[in-house]
Amino acid sequence: MRFGSKTSMTESSAIREANGGPGHGAANGLKVGRNGWVKNQKHHHKKPSSYAEEKVHHSACNGGLYSRPFYESFEETPMLVAVLTYMGYGILTIFGYLRDFMRQWKIEKCHIAREREEQKDFVPLYQDFENFYTRNLYMRIRDNWNRPICSVPGDKMDLVERVSYDYNWTFGYTGRVVKDVINMGSYNYLGFAENTGSCAEAAAEVTVKYGVGVSSTRQEMGNLDRHEEMEKLVARFLGVESAMAFGMGFATNSMNIPALTGKGCLILSDELNHASLVLGARLSGSTIRVFKHNNMQSLEKLLRDAIVHGQPRTHRPWKKILILVEGIYSMEGSIIRLPEVIALKKKYKAYLYLDEAHSIGALGPSGRGVVEYFGLDPTDVDIMMGTFTKSFGAAGGYIGGKKELIDYLRSHSHSAVYATSMSPPVVEQIITSMKCIMGEDGTTIGRERVQQLAENTVYFRRRLREIGFIIYGNNDSPVVPLMLYLPAKIGAFGREMLKRNIGVVVVGFPATPIIESRARFCVSASHTKEMLDQALNAISEVGDLLQVKYSRHRILPALDRPFDETTYEECED
Amino acid sequence: MTSAGPCDPELKMAAGQQWVLVEMVQAFYEAPAYHLILEGILILWIIRLLFSKTYKLQERSDLTEKEKEELIEEWQPEPLVPPVSKDHPSQNYDVVTGPPSHKIIVNGKECINFGSFNFLGLLDNERVKQKALASLRKYGVGTCGPRGFYGTFDVHLELEERLAKFMRTEEAIIYSYGFATIASAIPAYSKRGDIVFVDEASCFSIQKGLQASRSFIKYFKHNDMEDLERLLKEQELEDQKNPRKARVTRRFIVVEGLYMNTADICPLPELVKLKYKYKVRIFLEESMSFGVLGEHGRGVTEHFGVNIDDIDLISANMENAVASIGGFCCGRSFVIDHQRLSGQGYCFSASLPPMLASAAIEALNIMEEDPEIFTVLREKCKHVHKTLQGIPGLKVVGEAFAPALHLQLENSTGSRESDVRTLRSIIDYCLDRQIALTQARYLDKEERFLPPPSIRVVATVEQTEEEIEKAASCIREAALTILK
Repeated sequence: MRFGSKTSMTESSAIREANGGPGHGAANGLKVGRNGWVKNQKHHHKKPSSYAEEKVHHSACNGGLYSRPFYESFEETPMLVAVLTYMGYGILTIFGYLRDFMRQWKIEKCHIAREREEQKDFVPLYQDFENFYTRNLYMRIRDNWNRPICSVPGDKMDLVERVSYDYNWTFGYTGRVVKDVINMGSYNYLGFAENTGSCAEAAAEVTVKYGVGVSSTRQEMGNLDRHEEMEKLVARFLGVESAMAFGMGFATNSMNIPALTGKGCLILSDELNHASLVLGARLSGSTIRVFKHNNMQSLEKLLRDAIVHGQPRTHRPWKKILILVEGIYSMEGSIIRLPEVIALKKKYKAYLYLDEAHSIGALGPSGRGVVEYFGLDPTDVDIMMGTFTKSFGAAGGYIGGKKELIDYLRSHSHSAVYATSMSPPVVEQIITSMKCIMGEDGTTIGRERVQQLAENTVYFRRRLREIGFIIYGNNDSPVVPLMLYLPAKIGAFGREMLKRNIGVVVVGFPATPIIESRARFCVSASHTKEMLDQALNAISEVGDLLQVKYSRHRILPALDRPFDETTYEECED
Repeated sequence: MTSAGPCDPELKMAAGQQWVLVEMVQAFYEAPAYHLILEGILILWIIRLLFSKTYKLQERSDLTEKEKEELIEEWQPEPLVPPVSKDHPSQNYDVVTGPPSHKIIVNGKECINFGSFNFLGLLDNERVKQKALASLRKYGVGTCGPRGFYGTFDVHLELEERLAKFMRTEEAIIYSYGFATIASAIPAYSKRGDIVFVDEASCFSIQKGLQASRSFIKYFKHNDMEDLERLLKEQELEDQKNPRKARVTRRFIVVEGLYMNTADICPLPELVKLKYKYKVRIFLEESMSFGVLGEHGRGVTEHFGVNIDDIDLISANMENAVASIGGFCCGRSFVIDHQRLSGQGYCFSASLPPMLASAAIEALNIMEEDPEIFTVLREKCKHVHKTLQGIPGLKVVGEAFAPALHLQLENSTGSRESDVRTLRSIIDYCLDRQIALTQARYLDKEERFLPPPSIRVVATVEQTEEEIEKAASCIREAALTILK
């Protein structure tokens, strides 16, 4: 199954050349990059034939900007696997058509909800084509998503057992509960999804006092003192002048970007940005240009061209340029090359919008996100955005920055004017968990958790590599994508893992490029070493069963690793 | 088409293939005359193009590196945000200390709340609180994930089932943010090229949904069915011209049950008639009418006795009458289920905290157990509406049964700004006398049709007759003192 051919030889020698920094050798053949990161261009699936040849090696000479090693790897897809994956989709499509044909002729029972008789002659509500994928591919493995849980989404969780007697068209509940499933799927980075402890206590107290709703907007009758206190705390936590919080992370992006840019402005957006950023950019009415994922050459080129050529047709200069990036990319596990982005932004006088949905709390020695991780100054980022859903175990999002920015948002944010303000218990959860991370609760719990997460991340990622999986992303990112490629393996992996009492997230098209289906683990500070080992053993077992140990650059446990304080001492295997 | 042209140099290159040449010569002889002439002309044309310079190359404007650097050096962006003046009316929020319930402390003064949409008084209901608390003890606060990835809790499923049952529809879907509900639902169905007919007075979240859908949007005059029919007829004519396009162009009417901005009701029966006449689907936004109108609080459909299946999609938030957080859409499974994969705010956002879902379930329990509550609310609404009549200088906008009315200035003072300031002084006057009111806030530049400035007066079941009388007389006094 594995490929040890010539391609990989030339590949790794190319890496060594590109990778100018000393002491970060690609001895084990890993595609690492400090100065320039190396990655095959992954988004060319329109031309499958040229897939293998299309590799672009970028090397920027910005090593000096980084205060710490920056290791990110995206091992290229083995050719054979790529071919098999396309074949897999081909077979699924053929069978899909066949079954659609049989459904049409009533040979096979059709479970799809139908338009009511009275409206049969209306224009169809959605395209049949859109549903081809849902009906014939997604439906087969639908049991891997939306699994209902009935406990805290902590390190372990209880799942409501579901059964389907009609091939996933409908689900029934057996009434049984699958107990103590190890949770590798929730974004519970710092383990604040808890129903006991100081956060839950504080939230409970507030629930009794305030109730759960607000029934008004911030600008009308819904500006509680607790909201203001939380915002001051957030600003202090981030190290910015001022901050404002919103009731939903998604809406924080989609409803505030339009307040910041408009017609005549340019938005430069990473190609893998979250849907909320894309929606916000679209709603703003600005021109949007997309640069290659985390590729600074691509970004610089767009910046230069934009300033030199101005707006299309009129050639008027752009009013302003806003760069949209995320701290950690949730599907790739990559960390933004922030030092370079900031250097570019300063050079070209653009503004920077940093979405720290996954990185706040999860990166940096004291959990202050990607800015702290790289040892940068938060005032260099114009708009610091993040969510409370993940590391803080609450809900909602925030924007932090200069006082003028936040004052402007207070009067012009769609959210502040039209949306109901945040629920008091949720606010209390944020205040308590944030104070805990900052150590203001008088304990060291927060700091320990941040450290534990970093250790767990490095350990878990390294072990997966050693086992021989293709793991995407940065070595320090708690989001760990494990490549599965073949569509059939998506369902199989999810099910086999659940059989072993481990809950994982599997994702395929359209959330990923069509051939890059993957499983994704989210490491949490609340995972103990035993849990991680149990999970790793199960993953390894399933990996053998499904033949997904694709890596041709398996790292050897014996090699000394370029990690310092967070490396585990124990001997593995 | 003969593939081997007589003078194809490429073929000559293929040495050793004599027969090809022979065939070519043969083809040359056999080809019809017009063919040869045509090819001859084409060859001449190519030669002409190659050698003539009849057109001037456009002056190339390739900039040198130095010029580029200069341009980059010179470019000055606008500031990220324009400065906001300190006394901008929305710069200084009123601060609520403690719970925002019937008795509310605004800017340090204890008042009776006439400003929050807590219509049924469920915000500080003990049962709701206890249910939320029990849920908190079981699940914690956050869900740490979207619905797809272990963010679906059993209470979410229960709430969806209960909402569907309450509304008597096949299915319901919940969102974690009220604003995002209709704003996500519209673009899930209506795409580029589709047509949406929408009331001018529609609230902001509808406008954002429409914008995100990138569809073709046609505004009709507020509640004017003739105007709507005119637009529908226009479209019908258009369709007859281009029936192929018409077959794939989806058509929607988007209306609100009770309008947030005007506090009046949509003429639903007429809309349903138009729906079948012109084959347009109806999306109904019921944030202000869900849990308010109808004998059992099911909203406008129940109010008019319209069959709920005739409405393609109903959306409402759970932040007003239900006094929790989030929103929902309900309708037939055929319609609603589509959102589970295409509703952006559903797929890509963390799910609703389970304790808020539990609170909503308990609120539904209370609404189902005691439908009397809606009659009480209606009485209060009527009372508020009646007592506010005839205040000099102020006019009441809205239906008698609408729980959130608008008080507008009868005569504008000239500019919007000064109107806003005048209304603010009325509010301040009332605040000092323990009546909490608020202005209806809008983004002046973003609204499609900006409503005139107004004071919101919200009726809730908790307000006593005396309190309502007191509020009305307080506003009257304020109007008499301030609007001289």
